[in-house]
Amino acid sequence: MNDFTAAFGEAFGLIARFDSDLVEIVGLSLRVSLSAVFFAALIGLPLGAAVALFRFPGRRLLAVLLSSFMGLPPVVMGLVVYLLLSRAGPLGVLGLLFTPTAMIVAQTLLVTPILAALTRQVVADLWTEYGEQLRSLGATPARAVPTLLWDARFSLVTVMLAGFGRASAEVGAVMIVGGNIDHVTRVMTTAIALETSKGDLPLALGLGIVLILLTVAINAAAFLIQGATQERAA
Amino acid sequence: MTAPEDPRHRVPPTSEGDFRAPILPGRLEAVSYEIAGKRLIDGITLDIEAGTRTIVLGPNGAGKSLTLRLAHGLIKPTSGAVFWRNRKTEGAGAAPRRQAMVFQRPVMLRRSAAANIDYALALHGFARAERRRRRDAALARTGLTAAAAQPARTLSGGEQQRLALARAWALEPQVLFLDEPTASLDPSATRQVEEIVAAIAASGTKIVMTTHDLGQAKRLADEVVFLHNGRLLERSPAADFFETPRSKEAQAFLSGELLW
Repeated sequence: MNDFTAAFGEAFGLIARFDSDLVEIVGLSLRVSLSAVFFAALIGLPLGAAVALFRFPGRRLLAVLLSSFMGLPPVVMGLVVYLLLSRAGPLGVLGLLFTPTAMIVAQTLLVTPILAALTRQVVADLWTEYGEQLRSLGATPARAVPTLLWDARFSLVTVMLAGFGRASAEVGAVMIVGGNIDHVTRVMTTAIALETSKGDLPLALGLGIVLILLTVAINAAAFLIQGATQERAA
Repeated sequence: MTAPEDPRHRVPPTSEGDFRAPILPGRLEAVSYEIAGKRLIDGITLDIEAGTRTIVLGPNGAGKSLTLRLAHGLIKPTSGAVFWRNRKTEGAGAAPRRQAMVFQRPVMLRRSAAANIDYALALHGFARAERRRRRDAALARTGLTAAAAQPARTLSGGEQQRLALARAWALEPQVLFLDEPTASLDPSATRQVEEIVAAIAASGTKIVMTTHDLGQAKRLADEVVFLHNGRLLERSPAADFFETPRSKEAQAFLSGELLW
């Protein structure tokens, strides 16, 4: 029990004096996960809206697949990306394995189905309200995609937060494709896993606290921005 | 499909895509609409001619809204066809471009009042300067100039309906369908909507409007189309309809008796 309180004390100490290792790890974590959410949004938002609005063969199958991939185990995604990027793999020549880029790729692939599946639902709901009006005004489905994404912007912020939560919390994929190399690919979750198994509880706890605080801070910021702009645009 | 004998239908078909090409007269020919085997519209044949304000009357469930949606091309007839100047339209899916529709509950995009009008004009491919001219004119004619920059969804119900009319008017459609546009408005907002509808008609747009408000029908109608149980029972000049309705259903409707 004494060990435990001591560990907490040290953890707060690391945070309070902006320990350089801790800051570096937090910075890389944010860079990897925010980049992944950014690229996943570029793909997932239009994809989800398109699945909601276009009528094509296999549309329902695609919707089911997107929803299923929301729950894809990160270690499996990590393994797939590892095989693709490994020296002998099809993309091995790029030399990306064990780099932050590889981690961004893996997390992008993890987050994209989440954003696409949730966006599909949001846009489909909005279309039941907007459909006749937009068709009456002469909007084609292709033209309705940006319109609905813009009008769903407040709901989509929540969707993106769900994606960020997934990316920042997962260990499996970044561990496999990043390798948890100190000063190169070590992020909060992999560091917590490693330091805990090594017995360095203060760093693990410190990182755990930062991870939770960051998640709360980002959600709070999004909530405040959403509230302020929603009031203006109703 | 043989061409109808009526000389009115010998006008050459309108050209697709060209905005200014006239689309009137329009014609619903033996149009039926079914959902799950239930026949909601039963063989309606109706000519839509330029110049008059047509009011579609009938009790709830008569098929007024469906008839407008079928004519506007939002839904596809189960059987029969819709023609615009002798060209059969593909129904649902084909963009109904030289027509506009105002719904009972207008859908406003989450942007300013002015941007809502601008959006509709952009969909129709107008250049920026022309969009601005039409948008400002439409806002002025509907008394919404002061609300131009306000988010559309923060407008009152009456203002939103006027904005819906402005959005439709800016397109200068040849036909404007209105589906119970005043059903959820108070008397003064209703009066404003009626004035705007009359002004749109005066600017040369064909009006086809449903209502269950008989006073409103008397104020606005040049001709009345009376529907009951998905069938067209009467189409007559407004004065004739209100003084001497021919069908017993219309007589019952005008005297305020319930129809089933």
